[in-house]
Amino acid sequence: MKALTLVQAVNDALFVEMRVNPNIVVYGEDVGVEGGVFRATTGLQKEFGDKRCFDSPLAESAIVGTAVGMSVLGLKPVVELQFSGFAWPAFNQIISHVARFRNRTRGAMTSDIVIRMPYGGGIRALEHHSESMESIWAHIPGLKVVIPSNPYDAKGLLISAMRHPDPVIFMEPKRVYRSIKQEVPDDAYTIEIGKAKIVTEGKDITILSYGAQMKEATEATFQLKTKGISVELIDLRTISPIDKKTITNSVNKTGRFLVVHEGPQSYGIGGELVTTVIENCFTDLLAPPARMSSPDITPPLPRGERLYLISTNMIVNKVMELMNYRP
Amino acid sequence: MFESYDPRQGKRLQIMDEAGNIDSSIKDVPLMNDSDILLAYKYMSKARVIDEWSVNLNRQGRLPTYPPGKGQEANSVGSLMAMDKDDWFVPAYRELGGMLYRGIPLSKLYQVWLGNEKGSHFEIEKYHTFPISVPIASQCLHAVGAAYANQYLKNNRVTICFVGDGGTSEGDFLEALNVAGTWNVPVIFYIQNNQWAISVPRNKQTRSATLAEKAFAFGFEGVQVDGNDVLGVFAATQMARDKALKNQGPTLIEGYTYRLGAHTTADDPTIYRKQEEVAQWLVKDPLLRLEKYLLKKNLIDESTINALKEDAKKEFLKEFEIAENAPPHTVEEIFAWQYKQIPEDMKEQMNILNIRLKGSM
Repeated sequence: MKALTLVQAVNDALFVEMRVNPNIVVYGEDVGVEGGVFRATTGLQKEFGDKRCFDSPLAESAIVGTAVGMSVLGLKPVVELQFSGFAWPAFNQIISHVARFRNRTRGAMTSDIVIRMPYGGGIRALEHHSESMESIWAHIPGLKVVIPSNPYDAKGLLISAMRHPDPVIFMEPKRVYRSIKQEVPDDAYTIEIGKAKIVTEGKDITILSYGAQMKEATEATFQLKTKGISVELIDLRTISPIDKKTITNSVNKTGRFLVVHEGPQSYGIGGELVTTVIENCFTDLLAPPARMSSPDITPPLPRGERLYLISTNMIVNKVMELMNYRP
Repeated sequence: MFESYDPRQGKRLQIMDEAGNIDSSIKDVPLMNDSDILLAYKYMSKARVIDEWSVNLNRQGRLPTYPPGKGQEANSVGSLMAMDKDDWFVPAYRELGGMLYRGIPLSKLYQVWLGNEKGSHFEIEKYHTFPISVPIASQCLHAVGAAYANQYLKNNRVTICFVGDGGTSEGDFLEALNVAGTWNVPVIFYIQNNQWAISVPRNKQTRSATLAEKAFAFGFEGVQVDGNDVLGVFAATQMARDKALKNQGPTLIEGYTYRLGAHTTADDPTIYRKQEEVAQWLVKDPLLRLEKYLLKKNLIDESTINALKEDAKKEFLKEFEIAENAPPHTVEEIFAWQYKQIPEDMKEQMNILNIRLKGSM
């Protein structure tokens, strides 16, 4: 065991898995000598050589498109897109090919690559560095979308992604890349993709979040406890496919549901989950299922960023409102 | 390797001219022997018959949209003949002859055009061929990745990738050339410059005098070849392949050719091009010059030519019927291949669809 930050846990996962799987290649912009702008790939080139960890030309479509070809021939590319806001030049490769190779060829070929990308706001960055566009990836059939919220999960989920037979969009919450350290086992371990995690059991309300917003959701859970409210806190961990069973079992028990996430509200993850709850838990509901997300605006630059994310207070207040709801 | 055929000096490699004469002054390139030429002719003739019948079947309403390759047969046949069967082939979608040469069954190929994904189930070890790629030029990057993998796995295999003249304007084409050059991987890019990207002529794609010369900006050679001369196509590809195997990097080949038919059966070329232009290219037909050569050398006679056509037609119609008679997909079939295992919530969607189809929900 060693205490690692989330980004160190990502690095550790890459090290551990590259040692056992010689077909893993890691590349992207600045991932080689520099070890990535966030240092997620630090030391890989030194240990595994420049055929397994290298700097690609600065071209996102090329990074993903070449990974498609490599994966068909049996390699396991784990590519980095430097910021999720710069993923869009690769969008065509991802939606037209990565997501479709298995279906198009009826299983003869797959594009089971891992695409890592840091996402989310709150780091006082320039434009295009703060988006949370996971709902766009989640809307594409053929992809799996995974978002860890802490170091332990980051390592286990990334190792799972690298052993997964389907393509995985692995989004890393850069706001909490270094905010906490957690004890992480030295050896490899996996966390099942497609399964949400009940972080805290409770009986009054289900709060669901993922990624960086788990920080505020967790704080709110503690504060609400002092107010006598028992929160069942769920970390979604896999955005697509959705673990409906864990969510609906929880809401059937608590009768109340709040989903908290970054990113635009309309057509977002919150809307999807609220629908899931309505469809499956309607008769058990004690209050309208609710979503808290960012407004439908372009993520503001640092001057306005505090207005975009969901704060602990906002969550506490919303939960109080739902607890006091009377039909 | 292609110093004598620098496209920047207006050079274009041609070995057999329109009259079926071989330029005996060309000594520095690999030449097809007569049995190769006869074999190329057989595949090209077969592709021509199938192509014409495909258009017929479309008119009869039996085949939806189809992209004819009439007039371009020498490009994919000649280049695939220069490749080893275990080399990787990354097609665009107008490489019927090359697909036939690879041995991919017609019943499979026509499932694709009949809207059945099962047709693209190309077993890797059997065909080393990627599925048809519809988003223009996006496949060029797959080819570079495949070439990287071959180098990494020390497979000693070369990858050939096809793209059209219109495709050379796409970012993915340019990124692919850039990455291929930088990584120095064993890949050949083959442009079928058929002069038209649907209705847009070649001169509206780029101000470059040739498409082949773009390679030099990426640090490797480009060569323009008469794409209606199967000997030239074969020679250029084999040289490019030898180069790639010696770790001397990628090559860009521009097959200078012409699409005698429409872009697809949904297209009407009379709107955008003159019949006189088509007529000028009819005399350059890649099949005609081979027939002239083979007849002249008594390697074939008229009755064999006709018998080949008749056999191709019979085989095609039989195989087409197999593809046509494939049963319609079930609900299970359309869900089965999205992921390795169907996720739980998709199983639920599948059940709901089954119930809806039964009319009880």
